[in-house]
Amino acid sequence: MTNESQFSVKAEPPPPALGPPPKRAPAPPGVTFDVQGLKVWFAAHQVLFDVSLQIPPKAVTAIIGPSGCGKSTFLRSLNRMHDLAPGARVEGRITLFGEDLYARQVDPTLVRRRVGMVFQKSNPFPTMSIADNVIVGLKLNGVRQKSLLRERLEQTLRMAALWDEVKDRLHAHALSLSGGQQQRLCIARALAIEPEVLLMDEPASALDPLATAKIEELILELRKQFTIVIVTHNMQQASRVSDFTAFFYLGRLVEVDQTKKLFTNPKDKQTEDYVTGRFG
Amino acid sequence: MVSALCFACALMVILPLALVLFHLVRMGASSVDWAFLTQLPKPAGEAGGGMANAIVGSLILIGLAALIGVPIGVLGGVYLSEYASDRLSWSVRFAADILNGTPSIVWGMVVYALVVMPMKGASAYAGGLALGFIMIPLVIRTTEEMLNLVPNTYREAALALGIPKWKSVVFIVLKTAGKGIITGVLLACSRVAGETAPLLFTASGNQFWSRNLSEPTASLPRQIYDYSIGPYDDWHRQAWAGALILILVALAINVGVRILTRGSSPRLVK
Repeated sequence: MTNESQFSVKAEPPPPALGPPPKRAPAPPGVTFDVQGLKVWFAAHQVLFDVSLQIPPKAVTAIIGPSGCGKSTFLRSLNRMHDLAPGARVEGRITLFGEDLYARQVDPTLVRRRVGMVFQKSNPFPTMSIADNVIVGLKLNGVRQKSLLRERLEQTLRMAALWDEVKDRLHAHALSLSGGQQQRLCIARALAIEPEVLLMDEPASALDPLATAKIEELILELRKQFTIVIVTHNMQQASRVSDFTAFFYLGRLVEVDQTKKLFTNPKDKQTEDYVTGRFG
Repeated sequence: MVSALCFACALMVILPLALVLFHLVRMGASSVDWAFLTQLPKPAGEAGGGMANAIVGSLILIGLAALIGVPIGVLGGVYLSEYASDRLSWSVRFAADILNGTPSIVWGMVVYALVVMPMKGASAYAGGLALGFIMIPLVIRTTEEMLNLVPNTYREAALALGIPKWKSVVFIVLKTAGKGIITGVLLACSRVAGETAPLLFTASGNQFWSRNLSEPTASLPRQIYDYSIGPYDDWHRQAWAGALILILVALAINVGVRILTRGSSPRLVK
C-alpha cells in the first residue's frame, strides 16, 4: 500500500466537508478535469496509454467501451484511488479546476473529499444504520455538531431521492433496504461530504430496470449541481443520461464528443462499430 | 456407502465429547456444591473444602493472558491484513502458525527462564505471561482471517469518502469484523483456560488465596492435576468436580460464541 503520510497536508482550500454548506462557486468556464497524457500501469502491465481528455462542469460525461478497455482505471485515477493498489503507477497530469491532483504536496485524502465516488456494487457499511451510513463521512472527518449532521442527513437523502422512502426508519439497518435503495443510499453517502464532482462506476449495472430508471433520473437531477463522470457498459444508458461521451478501446481514448454526435455520427470507424453493436 | 462411512466418522467426533461430558457429570456433579465453589482446600487428608482459590486464580490468569494477548494479537492481525506487504505478512503468518503448533510446555520453560528465575519465584504474572504467549498467535491469525473476510469494497468506499486510512481501519473495517474477532478472542481464552503444562513452573500452585499477583497462584488445571494424582479419595472426588467446572466453562464460552455470531456472518458475505 502507498504510504500516504509522505504527502504533507495541504493547508488550503479547506475541505468542503468541514465548513458550512459552501456556496457552489460558479464553475470556471471550460473544464472541471483536465487530463493530459495519462498513463497507468499495474506492475508491468500498462492499462492506459496517453489519454488526454477534458471534462466539462455541470454536465454528465459517460465513459464507454468494452470490458478491459481501461474505463474504470481512468475513472479511478480522477480521485487517486490507484494510490491504494500495490504496484499501480500513474503518469501524466490531471487538474481539477486548475489544481494538479498529483502534485507532490497534495494529500490524496483531500482529493477524495472533493471527488466523490459511487461503486458498481452498492456497498453501504453493514454495521451501520441508514442515517449513520449517510453521515459517516462527515463524522469521521471531524464534524460533531448534531444540528448540522441532522440537516445534512435530510438534505442529502432528499438529493438522492431517498428521503420519502426512509424518513420513518432512519435508524433501521442499511442492509434492510432494497438493492436500488442501497445504491441511492451510497449516492447520498457520497454527496454528504459535499464533493465538487461525482464519479460513478457502472452504478446501475447490478440493478433491475425500475431501479436503474430511478438512478438515471437522479443523475439527470444531480447534473444541475455537480460534474458527473459515469462509467457504463450500457450504451442506451450513456445516450439517455450523458451530455458527452468518451469511447475507450484497448486502453486508449478513441473518440470523445457530444453524446448525440458520437452516437449518430461518430468520426472513428471503431467507435461506429462499437456503438452500432458490431463488437464489444 | 460413502455417506455411511462419513456418518460413522462424524459420530466418532461427537462420541468422545458425549462420553467425556457424561463421565465428568457422573463423577463430578455430586461434588460440585457451595463449599466446593467458595472454600479453600482443606489440609491434606482432611475431607471437605473446595477449590475457590483455584477458580479465582484461573480467572486471574486468563485475565492477565488476555491483557497481554488481545492487544498484541489484534493489532498484529490488523497490521498483517491492512498494512503489511505480501512478503512480510507471509513470514509473520508462517511464524504465527509455527508458534501455534509449539507445545505449550515450551512456553512454560521460556517464561521460567525470562521471569521466574530473575524474580526468584513463581507468580501470577509469570503464569499470565505464559498463557498470553499462547494467545498471541491464536488471536493474530483469527483477527487477520476475520479482517480478510471484510470485502474490499467497504475499504474503498471509506477511502473514497476522504476518510483517513487509520480511521477507516478502526471505525469501519474493524467494526465490520468485530463479532468475528471477539469470537476468536473468546475461543483463545477458552483454549488457554485449560492449559496445564505452561503453568506448572510459572504460576505454580497455591493452597491458599494469593495476596498479590507476584505470588504463586492456584489454577484449576494445576489443582486438578495435583488432586488427581494424590493419595486421597476426597481429592479424586474434587478433581472430578474441578474438571467438570473447567469443561463447563469452556462449553459456556463456545455456546456464548455461537449465540453472539448467529446472524452476523451472512452480513459479511452479502
